Amino acid sequence: MKAILKREIKAYLNGVIGWLFIAVIIAFVGIYFTAYNLSAGYPYFSYTLTAVSFVFLIITPILTMRIMAEERKQKTDQLLLTAPVSVKNIVLGKFLAMLIIFFIPLLLFSFYPLLLLSFGEVPLAECYAAILGFFLYGAANIAIGLFISSITESQVIAAVLTFVVLFIGYMMTGICNLISQSGNFITKILSGFDMATQFRNLTIGVLDIRSIVYFLTVIGFCLFLTYQSIQKRRWS
Amino acid sequence: MIKVENLVKKYGDHIAVDHLSFQVEQGQIYGFLGPNGAGKSTTMNIITGYIAATSGEVTIDGFDIFKEPEAAKKCIGYLPELPPLYFDMTVWEYLIFVAELKGISKNKRIQQITDVMLKTQVDDVKDRLIKNLSKGYRQRVGFAQAILGNPKVIILDEPTVGLDPKQIIEIRDLIKKLSNNHTVILSSHILPEVSALCDTVMIIDHGKLVACDTPEQLSKLMSGANVLDLSVKGSKEDICKVIDSLPDITGYELKERDGSDYYDIIIKTEDKIDIREDIFYAFADRRMPIIKMQFETKSLEDVFLELTNDENKKEALNEGGEAEE
Repeated sequence: MKAILKREIKAYLNGVIGWLFIAVIIAFVGIYFTAYNLSAGYPYFSYTLTAVSFVFLIITPILTMRIMAEERKQKTDQLLLTAPVSVKNIVLGKFLAMLIIFFIPLLLFSFYPLLLLSFGEVPLAECYAAILGFFLYGAANIAIGLFISSITESQVIAAVLTFVVLFIGYMMTGICNLISQSGNFITKILSGFDMATQFRNLTIGVLDIRSIVYFLTVIGFCLFLTYQSIQKRRWS
Repeated sequence: MIKVENLVKKYGDHIAVDHLSFQVEQGQIYGFLGPNGAGKSTTMNIITGYIAATSGEVTIDGFDIFKEPEAAKKCIGYLPELPPLYFDMTVWEYLIFVAELKGISKNKRIQQITDVMLKTQVDDVKDRLIKNLSKGYRQRVGFAQAILGNPKVIILDEPTVGLDPKQIIEIRDLIKKLSNNHTVILSSHILPEVSALCDTVMIIDHGKLVACDTPEQLSKLMSGANVLDLSVKGSKEDICKVIDSLPDITGYELKERDGSDYYDIIIKTEDKIDIREDIFYAFADRRMPIIKMQFETKSLEDVFLELTNDENKKEALNEGGEAEE
């Protein structure tokens, strides 16, 4: 697993994709941070993170599209699957590599609340809970992208499909309202994929365990599906 | 070393490997031979654990590839048809990655990588990106990857494709050297290569093992009755008369050579009888010169064609019919 993890991180940082991911996320958060927190003097960094959460729709596909699809296209999965490494470790190694790339901008963001501290009082606990939520939300999106990349050989299809799925997860509140204002059986099922609301739960000053468990479940489920899709290809 | 039993692989309705069984002993070179689409690559992919079989068993050094994949995969080095290379890495980075993947301990890594780079002669390109390498070098890097970590079994899918003649000879020498302490299985459709390299040849057609023997035995096996090939100058009647007068001949064929008064004759005789002297004197008496006379021995090529031909024709007809529809 360590070998795969190291290779993927190197591949991201030697190429454009890793830096592009990091740059875009830092740029967007930077713009919103400047507008809301610095210019307007609003001390809640959580507000900025909520506003900027749409950025995942664009950057997650960039990060995840190649992770499995390219291996399959270049037939390098033949090396991984015939090496004495279990499929589980291949999936985990790849996922952790992407998380580490995602972690680089987060590390930078965790200084932002401290920066605000020099201008006055800041609700630090709430800010860091929101950063945790931002991390979990992003990680769940990356896990979904990983799974979608594992079902296709084409990076383009993987990227587009990931965008569509993440968009649905982002817009689910609106979609549910469209179906029924008061809520019914269908909206109840659909709201299971309402990721944006789960993220918002973590930004309003409450460390909602349910939302944390929700994101961990999504991540676990997607990793499991990725594992299954690789195994299935071996059998068919 | 490797035991394959009743291996079956189906892709939908198409049977790629059909109840294949064979055993591979240690320290020998085995050659998989077969026309395109015979199931060579599929079989290799199953043995190495890349794809799963529909049914059947594969054990490598006692480990079942399906039940104990990691232990079994540790014994194997595999070079697939297309070398599995990461184009964004240098040769050195790539080999380090493979060494880590194979779980070679840190203190042995550098030593082993330097070793295989020397063996496969890629040390002069070790700092270049793989995407900038020529096909021959890529093939050799793939080869280096396969033999890294000294696996007991080395499986090579068409290892000399895309190499220039000099490199082919080098790779063949390397394979020969490897067989001293490794078991090597290679697939190829280049017949001279197989007959030159392999101790045992396995001919596969339509997923079935049609023959498995040493190259010499296979040629002998197929030659059957003695066949003499000769060319004689003279008229057809005279030649027929001479041959008819000779004993021990079970059959013959005459063919006129275009634009000359020579005839090509194929004479079949009883087994293990040498009638070359009789033929010589019989024709000499009639003052008919023999310009060529030799025993026909079958090359591996003939064996291969004979074993795989009939079914091929049928298949080709079927496919043609389908295409017309």
